[in-house]
Amino acid sequence: MTVWLPILLPTLIAIVTFVLGEARSHARNAVNLIGAAVSATIVVWLAYGAYGGDVVASTIPLLSGIDFGVHADLTGMLFSTVASVLWFVTLIYAIGYMDHARDRARFFGFFALCIAAANGVALASDPISLFLFYEILTLTTYPLVVHSGTAEARAAGRKYLIYALTGGTALLIGVAWLTVLAGQTPFTPGGALAGVTGQTTALRAIFALMVAGFGVKAALMPLHGWLPGAMVAPAPVSSLLHAVAVVKAGVFGIIRLVNELYGPEFATSLGAAQVLSALAAISIIVASVIALRQDDLKKRLAYSTIAQLSYITLGVALCSPLAAAGALAHLAHHAFMKITMFFTAGSLAETVHVKKLSQMGGVARRMPITMTSFAVAAFALAGIPPLAGFASKWMLGAGAVESGSTWALIVYVAAGALAMGYMVPILFASLRKGDLDATGGLESDPRMLWPIVFVAVVSIVMGLAAGVPGSPAHWAMSAVLPSFGGVMP
Amino acid sequence: MTLVDHLPALLIIAPLAGAAITFVTERSVDRIVAVLTSIIITLFSGMLLYRVASGGAFRYEIGGWGAPIGIDLVADGPAALFLLLTAVVGTAVTIYATAYFPKDCGTSYGHGLFWTLWLFMWTSLNALFLTGDVFNVYVCLELIGISAVALVTLKGDADALRAGARYLFASMLAAMTYLLGVALLYSSTGQLDMEMLRATLTPDSGAATGLALMVAALVLKTALVPAHFWLPTAHASAPTPVSAALSALVVKASYFAILRLMLSVMPPGFIPGAGTLLGILGSMAIIWGSLQAMRQTRIKQWVAYSTVAQIGYLFIVFPLADSGADVLAAALGGVLLHALSHGLAKTALFLGAGSLMDRFGHNEIARMTGAARTLPVLTATVALAGVTMMGLPPSGGFGSKWQLVSASIGAGQWWWALVLGLGGLLAAAYMFRVLAVLLSDTPTEVRPTHAPVRLEWLPLALAVAALFFVFAAPFVDSLAGISTIMLHAGVTP
Amino acid sequence: MSTYLIYSLGGAVIFAIGLYALLARRHLVHKVIGANLMGSGTFLVLIGLGNRAPGGTPDPVPQAMVLTGIVVTVALTALGLAITKRYFSATGLDDLDTDPREGDHP
Repeated sequence: MTVWLPILLPTLIAIVTFVLGEARSHARNAVNLIGAAVSATIVVWLAYGAYGGDVVASTIPLLSGIDFGVHADLTGMLFSTVASVLWFVTLIYAIGYMDHARDRARFFGFFALCIAAANGVALASDPISLFLFYEILTLTTYPLVVHSGTAEARAAGRKYLIYALTGGTALLIGVAWLTVLAGQTPFTPGGALAGVTGQTTALRAIFALMVAGFGVKAALMPLHGWLPGAMVAPAPVSSLLHAVAVVKAGVFGIIRLVNELYGPEFATSLGAAQVLSALAAISIIVASVIALRQDDLKKRLAYSTIAQLSYITLGVALCSPLAAAGALAHLAHHAFMKITMFFTAGSLAETVHVKKLSQMGGVARRMPITMTSFAVAAFALAGIPPLAGFASKWMLGAGAVESGSTWALIVYVAAGALAMGYMVPILFASLRKGDLDATGGLESDPRMLWPIVFVAVVSIVMGLAAGVPGSPAHWAMSAVLPSFGGVMP
Repeated sequence: MTLVDHLPALLIIAPLAGAAITFVTERSVDRIVAVLTSIIITLFSGMLLYRVASGGAFRYEIGGWGAPIGIDLVADGPAALFLLLTAVVGTAVTIYATAYFPKDCGTSYGHGLFWTLWLFMWTSLNALFLTGDVFNVYVCLELIGISAVALVTLKGDADALRAGARYLFASMLAAMTYLLGVALLYSSTGQLDMEMLRATLTPDSGAATGLALMVAALVLKTALVPAHFWLPTAHASAPTPVSAALSALVVKASYFAILRLMLSVMPPGFIPGAGTLLGILGSMAIIWGSLQAMRQTRIKQWVAYSTVAQIGYLFIVFPLADSGADVLAAALGGVLLHALSHGLAKTALFLGAGSLMDRFGHNEIARMTGAARTLPVLTATVALAGVTMMGLPPSGGFGSKWQLVSASIGAGQWWWALVLGLGGLLAAAYMFRVLAVLLSDTPTEVRPTHAPVRLEWLPLALAVAALFFVFAAPFVDSLAGISTIMLHAGVTP
Repeated sequence: MSTYLIYSLGGAVIFAIGLYALLARRHLVHKVIGANLMGSGTFLVLIGLGNRAPGGTPDPVPQAMVLTGIVVTVALTALGLAITKRYFSATGLDDLDTDPREGDHP
C-alpha cells in the first residue's frame, strides 16, 4: 500500500486544494507544504528500502489480462526522490512568486497532480502503466502552461498538446503492438524482450514508436519544438515541470525502454541504440549552438535543457554501465542545477522585471546572492569540478570510452565548451554596469531567495560527495548495474 | 419464480407504469413519480446485471408462449450492461430535468408532457435492449422514434419543429426499409426469433438481401456517416435533458440491434464485405464528425457532431469479427466499454453545455470566455468529459481504444489502429478549441443558477465516473463474454 | 403460384414510389404520404410472400406483422401531420428546405 502513496498523496492534496478554493490561501499553502514534506519523506523511505534491496511492488487489475502495477526500485526511486524533494522546494518558491497572481488554487492543484503523475511514471512497473501516467502528465501540465490565459499562453499550450498528444499516440500504438507480440512485459533489469524471436522488424518499429513518444517530452530533436514556447508559463512551472518533472519523465521513459525493456545488449544488436545515440548527439550540438544566440533568458535556458536532456539520452543509448549510470545521475544533477537557474530567471522577472540578457546590466550588484547561486549552477552545468555536473559528465565521458564510442566523448567535450559559451555571457551581462543598484535589506522575497541558495548548495554537495552511498552518482550506479549483469561492489 | 426471474418483464413494465401515472397526475406530482420510477428501474437493472454476471444469460418467455409463436426476451451480458447504462443516465437526466423545466410548464415544453414522453421512451429503450425477435426490434424502434421525435419538438419553436420533422422522416425511412428487410428475411427462413434464425440461416440471396436492408436501415437510425444528416439538428434543437438522452442512449439502441444482427444472427461472412464496409464508414464518421465539430460555433451543435464522430468507434468491431475468438472478445469488450463510457461522458457534456448556455444566456462558444474562473464546476465537467472523448487514460475511452487497437493489431488489420489514434488527436483538437476559450483570460458576466447541485454537480459526477471507467473494463469484458455473440464464436462463458 | 408474386412485385413498386416521394418531394404532406406508400408497399410484399404454400393455409405471422405495421404507421402519420400543421402555423411554410429566417425567398 505504501508504494501507492507517492501517487495518491499528491492527488489528495490537489483535491483539497481545489476544494479550499482561491480564498483560503493560508490553509491551502499549509496543506501543500505539509503534504509535500510528508510525500518526500515517504519517497525517501521507499528509496532507502530499495537501496537495501527491498523492492516494494503492487498491482491492480486494469484491462483484461492486463494489470496496473507500481514498484519502488532504485531507478524509479531516484527520479521520484528528485521530483518530490524539488516539489517541496518549488512550493516555497512558488508561494512567493505567485503572491500577486490569480487562480492560485487552480495552479497549485494542477501542480500537485503533475507530481502525482510524475511519481506514477517513476514507479510504474511495466510499459502500459507507465504510458497511463505519461499521458495523464500531459493533461495535468496543460492548464499550467496556459495559466495566464493570454493569447500567447494559449498558443504555447496548443503547440504543447499537438506535440505531446501525437507522441502519445505513437507511444500507444507501440505499447499496444508490443503487448500483442509479447504480452504484458514488466520492466526487468537487462531487458525482457531478447527472447522474442523472429520479429526483428516489428521490434525495431516498436522501438522507434516508443522513442517518438518519449522523445517529445525528452525534447529530443526534432521533437523539441514545444519546449521554448512553453517558457511563457510562470517560472515555477518552467522550473519544476520543464526542468524536472515533465522532461525527466521523457528521458526516464527512454532509460526504462533501453535498460529494462529491450535491454542494452538487445537494443544494440537491433541497431536501435545506435540510431538513438546519433539523434541524441545531433540534439546536443544543435541545441547548444541555438542557445548561444538567445537573448531571452528563459529561452536560453530552454535550449540548454534540450541539450542537457540529450546528454542523458546519449548516455543511455551508449549501452555501457558507466554511461548509463552517468545518464541517470545526470537526471538528478541537472534537475538541481537547472532549477537553480530557472528560479533565478523567475526571481529576476518578478523582482526587477528583467527577462533578457540585454536588460541584465547591474543585476549582479542588485541581487548578489541570487546571481552567485546562478553562477555556481552555471559552472556546475558546464562541468567544472568538483561540482555536480562534473561528476555526471565524467561518468558519461568514461562510459563513452568504455563502450568503444569515442566520438561520443568528443561530443560531450564539445558540448561542455558550448555550455560555457552560453552560460558565461549571462554572468558577464549581470556584471555589466546598469541602472540597478544594491538595495538595503534583502534583495528579493525570501521565499524566492532561499530556495535558490538551497538548490545551488545541493549542486555543490552532490558533486563533492559523488562517491558516497546515497549520492545520485552512487545511487545511479547501483541502479543500472543489474541491467548489465553486474552487482555494486 | 422469484422477482429476479421476472426482471426482464419488470424492466419494461416499470417505466411504462411510470409513464401512465404521470399522464394522469398533475404537474407537480409528475416529477416525483418520475424520479421514483427511475430509482426503481435502476435497482431492477442492477439486480439483473448481478443475476447475469453470476448466473449466466437467460431467456424470458413473455406470457409463457415461447418462440416461435411468442416473443422471447434475452437477458445476456451486453443487454444487462446497456440496461444499467440506460438506468444510470436516465436517472441523471430525470433529476437534471426536475431543475431544468420550470415548475409551471405552460404552453412551452408541451404542457408538462415531458415526463410521460420521456418515461415512454425509456420503456421502448429497455424493450429494445431485451428483445430477441427481429420483428420486435421494428416495433421497439418505432416506439423509440415516436417518443424521441415528440421530445425533440417539445419546445414548439420553428427550429425544433424542423429538426423533429427531419428526424421523423429519417425514422420513417429507416423503419419501412427495415420492415421490408424483415419481409424478405421471413420469406426465406420462416423465422423471426434471433436464435432460431441463427440455427436455420442458409446462404440465400433473399435472406442476405433482407438482412442487408435491415442493417442499412439501422445504420440510418444510428446516424453513421453518411446517414448522419438528421442528428446534429435534432440533438441540438432538443431541450437539454432530451439531447443527452438521445446522444447517450437512443443511438446506442439501434446500434445494439446491429450488434445482434451482425454478430449473433449472421454467421461470419454471410454478407461478404459488410464488416469491412461498416469499419470504413465508422472511420469516415470519426474523421468527418471531428472535422465538423471543429467548425461549430454553437455549443450544442459542437457536442452533437462529437456524437457523430464517437459513433464511428462503435463500428470498428465489425471488420474484426472474423479473426478469431480472442480478437472478437477484445473488440466486443472494447466497443461495449466505449458505448458505456461515452454514454456517461456525453450525458455529462450535454447537460454541462446546457447549463453553460443557461448561465451565459447564449449558446455561442466564442463568447463563453473566462468560464474557468466564474464557472469552475462546469468547466471541469467539459474538460473531464473531454478526456473520455479523447480516449486518454484513465478514462473508459482509453480502455476501449486500447482494446480496439490491440484487437486490430492482433487481427493483422493494423490500419484501424491508425484511425483510432487519429481519432484521439482530432477529438483533442475539437475539445481544446472549446477548452481554450473557457480557460481564457477575459471573464464575462454570468447569471446565477437556481439549482447548482442538479444542474452543475450532477454532470460533473457523471464526467468523473467516465474518467475512471477503465477500471470497469475487466467487468465489462467478462459480461461481454456472457453473450449469444461469444457463444456462437465458440467461447463458453 | 404467380398470384402472390403480383402482390409482392406490386408492393415493391409501390415501395419504390413511396421512397421517391419521401426523398424528392419538398412538400411536407407529400413526404408523409410517401412514407405511407412505403409502408403499404411493404405490407403488400409481406402478404404476398406469406402466401407461398400452394393451396395450403396462409401463414398467419406475416398478417400479424402487417397489422402491427399498419397501427404503427397510423401513429407515425398522425405525428407527422401534427408537426406539419404546427410548423405551418409557426412559419407559414410547407417545406423544410426554405429557411424561415430568410423571409419569403424560395
